[in-house]
Amino acid sequence: MAVTTSPERDIVATPMQRATREALYAGAIALGLFVLFIGLRTDQNISNELILVQRWWLLAVVVVLTMAGRFLYVAYGQPFLANQKIVDVATGLLPQSMAARFFRLPYFIAAVVTVAVLVFLAGSLDGLLGPGLAGYARFLRALATIYALASVMFYFRTFIHAHFSALGITALALYPIIVVLVLAVYGGSVAAGFQGSLKWVDNYGIQILIYVMLAWGLNIVVGLAGLLDLGYVAFYAVGAYAYALLGTQYGLSFWILLPAAGAMAAFWGVLLGFPVLRLRGDYLAIVTLAFGEIIRLVLINWREVTNGSAGISGIPKVTFFGLMSFNVSDPNYIAKVLDIATSSAYYKIFLYYLILGLCLLTAFVTIRLRRMPVGRAWEALREDEIACRSLGINTTTTKLTAFATGAMFGGFAGSFFAARQGFVSPESFIFLESAIILAIVVLGGMGSLVGIAVAAMVMIGGTEVLRELDFLKQVFGPDFTPELYRMLLFGMAMVIVMLWKPRGFVGSREPTAFLKERRAVSGSFTKEGHG
Amino acid sequence: MQYFVQQLINGLTLGSIYGLIAIGYTMVYGIIGMINFAHGDIFMVGAFAALIVFLILGAMFYSVPVVIALLVMMIVAMLLTSLYNWTIEKVAYRPLRGSFRLAPLITAIGMSIALSNFVQVTQGPRNKPIPPMVSKVYNIEGVSVSLKQIVIVIVTALLLALFWYLVNKTSLGRAQRACEQDRKMAALLGIDVDRTISITFVMGAALAAVAGTLFLMYYGVIAFSDGFTPGVKAFTAAVLGGIGSLPGAVLGGLMIGFIESMWSAYFSIDYKDVAAFSILAIVLIFLPSGILGRPEVEKV
Repeated sequence: MAVTTSPERDIVATPMQRATREALYAGAIALGLFVLFIGLRTDQNISNELILVQRWWLLAVVVVLTMAGRFLYVAYGQPFLANQKIVDVATGLLPQSMAARFFRLPYFIAAVVTVAVLVFLAGSLDGLLGPGLAGYARFLRALATIYALASVMFYFRTFIHAHFSALGITALALYPIIVVLVLAVYGGSVAAGFQGSLKWVDNYGIQILIYVMLAWGLNIVVGLAGLLDLGYVAFYAVGAYAYALLGTQYGLSFWILLPAAGAMAAFWGVLLGFPVLRLRGDYLAIVTLAFGEIIRLVLINWREVTNGSAGISGIPKVTFFGLMSFNVSDPNYIAKVLDIATSSAYYKIFLYYLILGLCLLTAFVTIRLRRMPVGRAWEALREDEIACRSLGINTTTTKLTAFATGAMFGGFAGSFFAARQGFVSPESFIFLESAIILAIVVLGGMGSLVGIAVAAMVMIGGTEVLRELDFLKQVFGPDFTPELYRMLLFGMAMVIVMLWKPRGFVGSREPTAFLKERRAVSGSFTKEGHG
Repeated sequence: MQYFVQQLINGLTLGSIYGLIAIGYTMVYGIIGMINFAHGDIFMVGAFAALIVFLILGAMFYSVPVVIALLVMMIVAMLLTSLYNWTIEKVAYRPLRGSFRLAPLITAIGMSIALSNFVQVTQGPRNKPIPPMVSKVYNIEGVSVSLKQIVIVIVTALLLALFWYLVNKTSLGRAQRACEQDRKMAALLGIDVDRTISITFVMGAALAAVAGTLFLMYYGVIAFSDGFTPGVKAFTAAVLGGIGSLPGAVLGGLMIGFIESMWSAYFSIDYKDVAAFSILAIVLIFLPSGILGRPEVEKV
């Protein structure tokens, strides 16, 4: 038999030779992958026929960049990572030595000064530097701010690590207030503060918290009970449509329909649960996926009730517990009752606290349930179904309660989503949403609430940040739209994070049952279930 | 009766395309036990490659015989799509082999998102229509059969025969079946497991590329988001037939094709996908491991 020569060549070749060879391979593969897709572009001409536009220079740039990247990775990245590996494993994130080199006091001072100067000059930046350079300056300001905050966090890392949950909840509770205050100081008036806070509270705060809640809800099914659910968005849809239909048709209040939507979603969870109880593993996954698609297709096609793809609009707003309303025309509009200036920001801030409350409720219920018999049964089911059955646990009811509880939180989140948007359509409940939620659960580390919240913040916040990269238009020309690249980068980030940390951001688990002393164990000791 | 036969032929055409995609799912599942979620997008990449080759041929030559054009499209699409799937396996799935079960599933979903958005970014978000390549229609006793449908069924049948030969009669097929049964044992007996898995991905992608070319020829239009629905239906077909079983994948694909065309003919076109998914759920309730799948034996 022929002896393979490649391992020997690897030993003989110096790193540089090896890197050159690898770079050439990578370049050849990149050329093959991209020659038709980047080198040529299909476009419609005036008479609506497809024509090809040639872009060979772009292809050359991409191939050269791939080769350079591969070369640098093999020549410098790999040896560095190999040296750091043991330390890396011990500390989790960055190697300690590297972090200490990266965060230094002089750098920190420089960053703070940069931020201060640029904030001071904010108004006159365009005049001083021209619009092109001003864009870069704003980007530099954002970078310096992030660096300064990261340095502070690095300095207090042990404290933050010890009190992570408490600090996190405090930060979340204060977030809208801080945003309004900072922007009020920055804009010079309270009204400007409220107006400017809209984007930060709505696009970042509420958006991320909805995903946190959904992921925590799915975590009960996937992380605790170990049942792979690819159609979770169906329950989200049930909750959203329950509020949208009952709210617009019968004028019922959000506070009545919130529990009703949860109950309805739970009912659908049980309905789905019954037929799939006998299925395991990937069969379960595909049936839940099919269920999610069925719900979406019914929403599209049952036009008499759901208004089809056009969706339902004019969904009533949430009231302040029935006491005050957020509609300007109502007599009990919040600004009239409290005698303050009219602003749409109050509603967003109220919604922010509402979803924060719902999230905390989800977390609280999850934590308490894990200590109750049913929660322990879920985790036992995940670890070993046969042992469970032998010990007399009713696997049927255990699985059904997991489905129902997870679905209920999905329903809550759905009705909140409908109230926040004021509009629902089947477009919002595609499979991609289920995939994103599942990805957040797995990336965060299944079963770990903190990890999931961090994953939601990184993934959803990260894609939102990509909307802000308008300065890139200065580099790539005005036709360049960073928004287009959002989902491409999202998909790639999913792959990279998973390769980097297959067990998720939080690699340790707190066992619910323990002898004498509670100690966190590695995530590798927990199973992921067969269901 | 004529109407019924007509629908049967439509279902057969549709089912052939689903069956070709389903084989890729079922082979990958059989050998490494993961759902390759990016497979539907691999199919879409194949269709796009065929589209671009079609346009190149149109731009470079005044007229090309349709048979040759189709062949060139198919071969280039197969090569390119195989390269995509091979790279994806190497980059996103191989490092996670032996890691826990959900990790490759998540990278596969990530790759699926990345692939469809890559095509959107590089080729634009619009539908891409092409002029009809084959337009001849035969009328046999009131049943109209288009040449396109005949081409699809014949190409599928030929490929399945070739494929059956590869898996059952060659040493490569033997290696694949050995890896499917017991990867560790296969490695001990001198089978290059990594290589075998790579070839499995390449074969699945090649079949998906053919399906993509046929899809483009049949419908005459493709868009970056067109990978998802056929992908999910083909996966449904693979599960319906019993995942891991090759004849099962083809059978499942044909079943899904028939269900869809019959349902849209006799009931309502709106709910054809609902019908396909509901029948999947019903079949799995009574046959939890698919029609031709082997039931999993639980061991303590």
